[in-house]
Amino acid sequence: MSRPRPDSPARLVPRPPALRRRLWNAAAQVACWLAGASVVLPLALIVWHLLAKGLPSLSWAFFVRLPKPVGEPGGGMANAIAGTLVLTGLGALLAVPVGVGAGVWLAEYGRGRLAALVRYTADVLAGVPSIVVGVAAYGLVVVPMGRFSALAGGVALAVLMLPTIVRATEEVVRLVPHSYREAALALGAPRWRAVQQVIVPSASAGIVTAILLALARAAGETAPLLFTALGNRFWSLSLDQPIASLPVFIYDYARAPYEDWNRQAWTGALVLLLLVALLSALLRLAVRRLPGRS
Amino acid sequence: MSDALAADRRGAGPPRFRRAWALARPRLHADDLYRMGLASLALLVFAVVALIVFESTRGASASLRAFGWRFLVSTDWDPVRGTFGGLPYVYGTVVSSAIAMLLAVPLGIGAAIFLAELAPRRLGGAVAFLVELLASIPSIVYGIWGLFVLAPFLRTAVEPWLTTHLGFLPLFQGFPFGIGMLNAGIVLAIMVVPTIASISREILLSTPGALRQAALALGATRVEAIAEVVGAARPGILGAAILALGRALGETMAVTMVIGNTNRISASLLAPGATMASVIANEFTEATGKLYLSALIEIALVLFLLTLLVNAAARVLVHWAGGGRRDVAAAA
Repeated sequence: MSRPRPDSPARLVPRPPALRRRLWNAAAQVACWLAGASVVLPLALIVWHLLAKGLPSLSWAFFVRLPKPVGEPGGGMANAIAGTLVLTGLGALLAVPVGVGAGVWLAEYGRGRLAALVRYTADVLAGVPSIVVGVAAYGLVVVPMGRFSALAGGVALAVLMLPTIVRATEEVVRLVPHSYREAALALGAPRWRAVQQVIVPSASAGIVTAILLALARAAGETAPLLFTALGNRFWSLSLDQPIASLPVFIYDYARAPYEDWNRQAWTGALVLLLLVALLSALLRLAVRRLPGRS
Repeated sequence: MSDALAADRRGAGPPRFRRAWALARPRLHADDLYRMGLASLALLVFAVVALIVFESTRGASASLRAFGWRFLVSTDWDPVRGTFGGLPYVYGTVVSSAIAMLLAVPLGIGAAIFLAELAPRRLGGAVAFLVELLASIPSIVYGIWGLFVLAPFLRTAVEPWLTTHLGFLPLFQGFPFGIGMLNAGIVLAIMVVPTIASISREILLSTPGALRQAALALGATRVEAIAEVVGAARPGILGAAILALGRALGETMAVTMVIGNTNRISASLLAPGATMASVIANEFTEATGKLYLSALIEIALVLFLLTLLVNAAARVLVHWAGGGRRDVAAAA
């Protein structure tokens, strides 16, 4: 092919890319669209199967009845639902003060080596497999107490919630505008009052978001409860006794060789997902109220 | 900020008054108490990690003393005779996570490119929301789905096809159980894809737009321009993948439900196996005898150290690639 003369106008019009490059361009784009679709596909499948298999057994009785022995139809998971609420509540009760306090400290005073150490350990904690937390809680709470208990399960869940709360609290407290701090100090407030009564309240929506995020994750945790809270087929809310929980209940019922139990496991999974979705919905509402992010 | 406020701690004012302030006020100012109170809460976070390390080391000490390094290379797991070797579980963890990575990394990066570069803004936002939703599903739900939906599908459709067409490979020989390494790998892949996709998306979005524009101006096709951007974001994407690997290694419930739980090492991916996490979940409450329990706790310790190593590597990479951007690091 003859080269265009330097003064020819053809030189100013860009040539279209070669066929090979155009084909590659199209193929790679299609592949990325497919990848995007394939990531969403499992979500659709899982939700579809949960609804198809869990919805038929979903009834009011499921929420208010206790489990029945094998072979007897009906029965519910009232104790497991209550147990999950107790366990996550207990976990939050333990994790929130520590997590929020540590987060505020990191944001307001967190300089130097100690802060770096705390930040690093919070990151480490976020990566610890939940089963390992369960093993540690077994050694630290179950063994000294001499029995499986709701308390041990709550401690395990608290440890899992902690890193999320710490890091997210630090983030949102940092987002509070400087002018708030300066205004509070200019009014003569000592620093602790400025932090406690001005900065933390103005970051409260973000802190609530962090707590809800941690709760939503903890509510679905199974592994750390297997040998801390154990499980319980009866109604029990006392903290020094084994307690039922929705995830462990699903695990036991899904592995059982009884079709009716498997069906109930699906319904339990649906209820658990609804619970987590409810928390996530609250989360979105809280995020919307976050300062500076609207 | 605290530079400007540092003076406030002990009363502001010209230097000559400071000594007077210090004398007049009680030693422990409310500010100091408040700061120390918060600091002690922060130290509790450190204490928790220290306690986990201490407790798992103490619990594992009997097994550490009895088996030493042989624990990691022995396949002999016999509670009746009291000999324990963790190799089948290390193998299972590594293989199932490798399958997961093989599937999840290309899909996750592809999805991230789709979300950050290709999708119309509205669609990208919606899909990114769905990906986050996928990340919030409890692992027990993945487990029940893998056990009752994916396993029958693999058993009747996928695995027979694999044995007939790829059966000459040792990887795809044997009876199609449905549950096993392959199932565990697929479920893990589904679980970690959101991690890879959402972090990679953040990192792609944080690369400078000039890179893309320069490539396009030089006559690159859209995909070639994207390849430049992805190339620049490579360390961060690698970090996202390693972070996902850390999650896959430690994932317990979903894997326990679909892997089949035997302590045999098989070359075939269709055969059942077990991972470090799954053997703990399965046998911990049934472990009789101190040594048995101690061996399981040692597996937990090994798993902890493994994930610690992997996560540390990932965080360094993500942090480096994000140029120290806090939001990217927080997304991790």
